[in-house]
Amino acid sequence: MKRGWLALFVVVTAVSAYAIDAGNAFDDPQMQARYEKITSEVRCLVCQNQTIKDSNAFLADDLRREIRRMLTEGKTDAEIYDFLVVRYGDFVLYRPRMSGKTLVLWIAPFLLIVVGGLVAFKVVRGRMAMPIDDDSDSNQAAG
Amino acid sequence: MSRYLIPLLLVAIMIPVFIIGLNRDPSELPSPFLNKPAPEFELPRLKDPSRTVGSADYAGQMVLVNIWATWCAGCRQEHAYLLKLASEADIPIYGLNWRDQRSKALAWLSELGDPYVASGFDEDGRVGIDWGVYGAPETFLISADGIVLYKHLSPLSEMVWQRDFEPRILAAKGSME
Repeated sequence: MKRGWLALFVVVTAVSAYAIDAGNAFDDPQMQARYEKITSEVRCLVCQNQTIKDSNAFLADDLRREIRRMLTEGKTDAEIYDFLVVRYGDFVLYRPRMSGKTLVLWIAPFLLIVVGGLVAFKVVRGRMAMPIDDDSDSNQAAG
Repeated sequence: MSRYLIPLLLVAIMIPVFIIGLNRDPSELPSPFLNKPAPEFELPRLKDPSRTVGSADYAGQMVLVNIWATWCAGCRQEHAYLLKLASEADIPIYGLNWRDQRSKALAWLSELGDPYVASGFDEDGRVGIDWGVYGAPETFLISADGIVLYKHLSPLSEMVWQRDFEPRILAAKGSME
């Protein structure tokens, strides 16, 4: 039993051996947390559905290095995101900022809910006005 | 009859939207530098590390800046066409040797020929980041006043040149005169 737990412990902790960075980038846990937050918000453009935190593409490697450098230099999170957006465009952020170009991305879901809701409301209202006596067969024929 | 009109209309709108959407390559992103000043750079030259090459060298000239590397298959593919451009087209080509090894890059140029006025050696990809590079080959067309007129992402060819570059070069030259 003891061996089983040990084996489990080894397997679970060994996962960290696959992490992209060899160790913590910063000794200061607060800085490390910021670093991990930022790298998990930034898209790796070579492998578009990965964050640069998860990717071992060398571009992701380069960007992590630049982010570490900027954090060390005392840049704010906003300044770091700015640095990336200026060079790679809005697409580099997994949560793109609200701007003229990305407005539709932010508004579309709410717009669809409202439009869909209105349509559903109208359909249900129409059904309510229908006589109740028609059976399912005639319903299908009408549908 | 009219109850079918709205769904039909919606489908008629959606079909072209999806056709366009499905035919676009999601890996090709528009450069945020388009129609904006190109980033500046200064790097040691690939062939002569004691000298630098940079945006200052081509100030006032319309140029191509080509991002290349020996590990990049598309770069080998477009290389012959770059040589042709260098000898026939009236536009200097500057190279950015991105994330490469100097010995390999030098061997590549002596083996295949050197279309570049000069190549900057961007070993750690720092300048590549400033230029928003994410996949070689990439080719920037930069106007005489330093504006990015176009960025091409994938190997150059006669077809690409005539379709995407020549009209922009002509238009830019026309507006200068």
